[in-house]
Amino acid sequence: MLSKRVVACLDVRDGKLAKSVKFVDTKDIGDPIEKASQYYEQGLDELVFYDITASSDRRDIMIDVVEEVASHIFIPFSVGGGIRSVADATKLRLAGAEKVNVNSAAVDNPKLIAEISEALGAQSTILSMDVLRVEPSASIPSGYEIVIHGGRTRTGRDALAWAIEGERLGAGELVVNSIDADGTRDGYELTLTRRIAEAVGIPVIASGGAGTPEHLYQVLTEGRADAALVASMVHYGHYSVGDIKRYLHERGVKIRMGW
Amino acid sequence: MLTIVDYNAGNLRSVKRACDAVGLESVFTQDAEQVARADRIIFPGVGHAHSAMQTLCEKGLDQALREAVTRGTPVLGICVGAQLLLDGSEEGPTEGLGLLPGMTRRFALEDPALKVPHIGWNAVLCRRPHPLLAGLGEADELYFVHSYYLDPADPEHVFSVTDYGGEFCSALGRDNLFATQFHPEKSGRLGLDLLQRFARWDGGSC
Repeated sequence: MLSKRVVACLDVRDGKLAKSVKFVDTKDIGDPIEKASQYYEQGLDELVFYDITASSDRRDIMIDVVEEVASHIFIPFSVGGGIRSVADATKLRLAGAEKVNVNSAAVDNPKLIAEISEALGAQSTILSMDVLRVEPSASIPSGYEIVIHGGRTRTGRDALAWAIEGERLGAGELVVNSIDADGTRDGYELTLTRRIAEAVGIPVIASGGAGTPEHLYQVLTEGRADAALVASMVHYGHYSVGDIKRYLHERGVKIRMGW
Repeated sequence: MLTIVDYNAGNLRSVKRACDAVGLESVFTQDAEQVARADRIIFPGVGHAHSAMQTLCEKGLDQALREAVTRGTPVLGICVGAQLLLDGSEEGPTEGLGLLPGMTRRFALEDPALKVPHIGWNAVLCRRPHPLLAGLGEADELYFVHSYYLDPADPEHVFSVTDYGGEFCSALGRDNLFATQFHPEKSGRLGLDLLQRFARWDGGSC
């Protein structure tokens, strides 16, 4: 049986590792390659790098990071942040990223998902979505709205409808990030995750809110996620990847234990 | 020296990096002659079976691979590189190289909780001994990412199976030909070990 995945997310700014709290306050917390290698040794299943570099002229640093990671780490990893075209996606793919994540640019131009999927295959095309809890309305019946630009801009798009649309356009996987839960360490948004996971036929990676191994257990069982993303809980050394995986294994979640 | 068949397959550089990491010398080539004469071949692949097959045929690599297999060259196919060894694939659809009888089919899973693509780590259960799978335990998991699965016609060609809403073939082969649906280059130490075993393999079955 397929194992659930523990995925570590590294926010990279100007080639350095950063971690945001509710997308505003970001602080550098070290070298992304060093962290990634450490997690790889601890049995991490997958990595996600988000490039949060503000200026476009510094983005090529990310290609160097990706190449370096790909030379040292032999598990799958994806890269997101600032991907606006098939050319951007292909460049990262060739540098060694297994998959690319599109987010804001896909909301502005949904065809981008189809184009990347066509060029790289659905299995390499991840649609990431940042989701805000709102009052249900005629245009947002699920009560979950897609926000972009790091959570600053509301789009008027319903998150559930967007997930289904993303799958139809050719995304092979979804990252569902709750803006409400992000950085709180109070647990994932279980209702949101479950509703999306049950509405689509592609894997869902839950994101935002992990603070304890129990939170991963919840989202991988009750939340129906296929994978759970962790960030600060491992970056700051509160838990090791090994601790989390052992905990999940002991609670009966199917998880990869030998590596 | 490992020759990696270069036909714009997505995981080409990943395969080379994995070889580099364990000290295996490798080269890329698009040259049919060089493939036909190679000592040892890795035939990688990610992406669409139909366009992959098209590229192979355009470069004459289809014929070169058949020649190499006939000559007894050890060949390791990976993912789409494994799928194309069969007679054909439903992805496209397209013909395959026809080196092993059977088809590549799209997952049609009854359980709605099982997602397609099958992405992630899953156990590889050995069905018959093979030098390249030596050392893999029942609980060992390797990395998969695919929407189509191998369905070889001859059970004798199945070396391992993996469970995803039923068992599918995760490694197949015959004589000097061996291929995996999983990605050794993305499967951590276990995958790197497999690549090292391939570099030492004489092409015999046991």
